[in-house]
Amino acid sequence: MGFDQYHEPPGELPSETRTFARLCASLTEEAEAIGWYEQRIAVETDPEAVSVMRDALGEEFKHFSMDLEFLLRRTPAWREVAQGILFQSGDIVEHGEEAESEAFEGGTGPGGAFADGSLGIGSLRGVSR
Amino acid sequence: MNHLLRGHAPISDIGWQTLDGEARERAGAALGARKLIDFSGPHGWTYSATNLGRSGPLSSAPGDGVSGRQRRVLPLVELRADFELSREELRDADRGADDVDLEALDTAAHQIARAENVAVFHGWDEAIVGISESSPYEQLSLGDAADKYPRQVAGAVEQLLCSGISGPYGLALGREQYRRVVETAEHGGYPLFDHLRKILEGPIVWAPGVRGAVVLSQRGGDFVFESGQDLSIGYQSHDADVVRLYLEESFSFHVATPEAAVALTP
Repeated sequence: MGFDQYHEPPGELPSETRTFARLCASLTEEAEAIGWYEQRIAVETDPEAVSVMRDALGEEFKHFSMDLEFLLRRTPAWREVAQGILFQSGDIVEHGEEAESEAFEGGTGPGGAFADGSLGIGSLRGVSR
Repeated sequence: MNHLLRGHAPISDIGWQTLDGEARERAGAALGARKLIDFSGPHGWTYSATNLGRSGPLSSAPGDGVSGRQRRVLPLVELRADFELSREELRDADRGADDVDLEALDTAAHQIARAENVAVFHGWDEAIVGISESSPYEQLSLGDAADKYPRQVAGAVEQLLCSGISGPYGLALGREQYRRVVETAEHGGYPLFDHLRKILEGPIVWAPGVRGAVVLSQRGGDFVFESGQDLSIGYQSHDADVVRLYLEESFSFHVATPEAAVALTP
């Protein structure tokens, strides 16, 4: 049985990191499924089959979004970047550059280590001692 | 610029990087509670209350034929530790000095981390009910003899199991108790720290401010820390010689399952 989501020996990883890796793997699988369903629907000619697959596609949207929200909640820096990009109108790349700058380069100025000016400590579960 | 007013401080980008990094390191080491409880947020400085899902009756109503209830919420508290730094020292940091005197920041970071631990584990009058004071079990004494700790900790774990509280379990130790654990080897030279880890199947954490020790379940969902503004450095004022800053955070804490922890007094 393989444990492909781990790139380091699982026994050396904190349980929080193992959970994080599982959800990252799940997120990848949901994104793949969305891509596959889009392709299948694009070539399918039977309307009933298309209807069934559209319903399944909606499930994948939900699963992907739940995985993503879980990961963002556990990763303040990722959340900071995502907040600057997701659900924004305008230039995606421009928003990405700005969000990255605010989240990771703010520590070099009065803006602080994170966009809210905090130290970005957050949860320390999984940090020993 | 947000409420921290960092943009008004006479501090360079390098200076802020130095201060943020120092505060993160010093506070992070002492924030023992956060290593053992659930953390939600940060939800921002404007976030003021945690939803408890509960309501209470109101004796009056604004009209005939209707009744009303009022929601109960848990207001967030604010913790703040003021400190001041020499501007000359900060100028030396800009020059590349690697031994800048940040003792006042270090002290403030430790104080606010310790206060957070105390609020979570022992409560804060009129604001927070802590883990140990909400625990329904009789508080046993840990004692001074470190070689007796495994017996007391195992007893606490067994107490939790009897109440149907599953593990793994974590152990928060006050400063003196932690020192005893790491310096003690049992018969045959087996480190006490490793023995306790085997009993708990979970983390052992240095938690300044904890009086004695607390054994608590790590299954999740029992102890909830909700962060408004996470620990941040803000600007107060300055003159020619010093800059006055502060460390601040807002949070609420509540115990969802009082039976999920056992307090061991010193």
